[in-house]
Amino acid sequence: MSEELFKEMAQSIIDGDSDISTELAKKSIELNIHPLEAITKGFVVGVTYIGDQFGLGEAFLPELVMAGEAMKSAIAVLEPELLKLGEAREMMGKVVLATVEGDIHEIGKTLVGTMLSASGFEVVDLGVDQSADKIIGKALEINADIIGMSALLTTTMVRQREVIEELDKEGLRPRIKVMVGGAPITQDWVKKIKADGYSEDAIGAVKIAKELVGKE
Amino acid sequence: MTSKNIKTISDPKLKLEVLTKEDVQKIHNATLQIIEKVGVRFPSKRALEIWEANGAEVDHEKKIVRVKPQIIEDALKKAPPAYKLAARDPQQDLYLDGNHVNLGTDGCGVEVIDIHTGVKRTSCLQDVRDIARVADATEEVAFHWVSVSAQDTPVEARGLHELKAVWENSTKHVQTESVYNVEEAKAAIEMAAAIVGGKDKLRERPILSLMQCTAPPLGHDGGSLDAALLAAEAGIPTGFMTMAACATTGPITMAGDLAVGNAEVIAGTALLQLAFPGAPVFYAAAQTASDLRNGSYTGGGPEDFLFGAATNILADFYNIPLSMGSFATGAKEPNWQAGLEGSLSTFMASIVMSDMLLGCGFLHGSRIWSFAEMMMDCEIFSIIHKMMQGIEVNDETLALDTIAAVGPGSHYLGQKHTRKHMRELFMPQFMDRRPYSEWETKKDDARDWAVTKARKILKEHQPDPLDEKMSLELDRIIKSVEK
Repeated sequence: MSEELFKEMAQSIIDGDSDISTELAKKSIELNIHPLEAITKGFVVGVTYIGDQFGLGEAFLPELVMAGEAMKSAIAVLEPELLKLGEAREMMGKVVLATVEGDIHEIGKTLVGTMLSASGFEVVDLGVDQSADKIIGKALEINADIIGMSALLTTTMVRQREVIEELDKEGLRPRIKVMVGGAPITQDWVKKIKADGYSEDAIGAVKIAKELVGKE
Repeated sequence: MTSKNIKTISDPKLKLEVLTKEDVQKIHNATLQIIEKVGVRFPSKRALEIWEANGAEVDHEKKIVRVKPQIIEDALKKAPPAYKLAARDPQQDLYLDGNHVNLGTDGCGVEVIDIHTGVKRTSCLQDVRDIARVADATEEVAFHWVSVSAQDTPVEARGLHELKAVWENSTKHVQTESVYNVEEAKAAIEMAAAIVGGKDKLRERPILSLMQCTAPPLGHDGGSLDAALLAAEAGIPTGFMTMAACATTGPITMAGDLAVGNAEVIAGTALLQLAFPGAPVFYAAAQTASDLRNGSYTGGGPEDFLFGAATNILADFYNIPLSMGSFATGAKEPNWQAGLEGSLSTFMASIVMSDMLLGCGFLHGSRIWSFAEMMMDCEIFSIIHKMMQGIEVNDETLALDTIAAVGPGSHYLGQKHTRKHMRELFMPQFMDRRPYSEWETKKDDARDWAVTKARKILKEHQPDPLDEKMSLELDRIIKSVEK
């Protein structure tokens, strides 16, 4: 019975169907299946499958995003149940994401958030136009492992440096690692501002994040 | 109409219909429906007030505006269909009249392949000067976009340092996409006015134009809107560029992507007309399809080429000039991909007579400037310029007398007719037509010749400089913005 359900769960992720994944998560609670089991034996199998297919060139980015969102919906149902049991999922790490002050461009950053969540990171996405204080404040509040910052303009990417300088001043590095991204960001810039990680796309960002938390 | 030392495509002999009249009407109707029902985000107090005063439904919290079709359509009718982009040298004024395709340099990149060392590095103010100087000498380049970011200048006045650098090194028209807030826009207008002799003169002779990027899907940037409103108020040609990309910032299907981009552009354009009826505006676009593997801006590929041909049909429908993205490439160096994407995008945008093409010189999705790429892009433009002249058929070109004189066999090399018309054939600068053995000994190619040419121009070309006093005045204006 539960084997069949696990298969359906995996399939709902592969199909990127949040409605069905939500429904199956609720069903598993009714059937008294342990939430961790539903996650690891059911939904994660689907995420892994899509990830592998992507690696083989068979799946595309929209499928990854939709799988990530279907996963998120299922987790949203299961996580409170886990808490009731006094348990928690083992997470890869905690990440605070933001687009820097003065900049409103966030599609790439949002995509990074989706990919990180789907890969087992706990992600707090602050949105756009975020000051150094807000970003660092949130990172301290949730005890983040990583701060990820995005910028699309050469005039706003300097804000990434400000956040890093502030972190250094407060002695918060290397405890908090910093990842940066955005169209104008180059390897030279990353070196210059002494960021810990950089990727040109969302898939690469997951790899970097895993390295930064020592899990790759 | 021609301009000094500028080659533009005009009187086209080739035609292409990529959208039918019915298609355009459908896209227009869809666009109006999007603006009325879904709305467009205008995160600027001034913009929202203008919309509200003109009868639009304004959600102040979300800063989303929903507008009845009639308001948009009436506003767009007030836009001038044709006008001139003035140049510091009046003989280099450009015509945006539907019969001229003017090529610009592309912008705004963050790295440069150094012209001397060949090594890629972060862009700086000197690069803006050098690129402007090479473009000044190059007849294919009709106007400048600020090409790369002067990353060694203070951020709050960077756009102004860049403008000054171009004006000091070229007499051609300058369009900037790097001035996107009120303070810089005010100063940029003041600088342009100083050069032409006052704000009234600037209205007559706009030597500066402003291009603002939209924030797709269905949004604008607040600073950009305020800068655009200031420019329109000053009579400076202003345009909104959409880069709505299939799958990420726009629908996966091309028609839907066109409609989303169109909604951003015409809503922005209508705003400017509501605020300042008759202000010179243009449509700008560089739509693309996102890469399905990594979500990146592809800058090239068949979808881009089709967008290039489709967008001028939309701009024509609204009867305003178009600035179209072309020569975009994802190639990392000047290679097969760069040549292919540059050629097809520019051909498709030219055949429909896009008024401005943006532009030459970049690699890696408009991030890395290459002088070799710039020179080779210019040659592609020249080839398309030649193609657009089509085939002339008359007694002289049918050459019956000469054909009779040569007869069967023999050859045409010794004929007066040949000599008379030989310079009409296209003579490439960078194509390799040498004997194989010559190539084998040298193993050089277009890239080497292109960069050599750029180096020679940079060494030898002396642009007509700005008056020293004027440079000081521009410095003063820039200083007033710096913190």
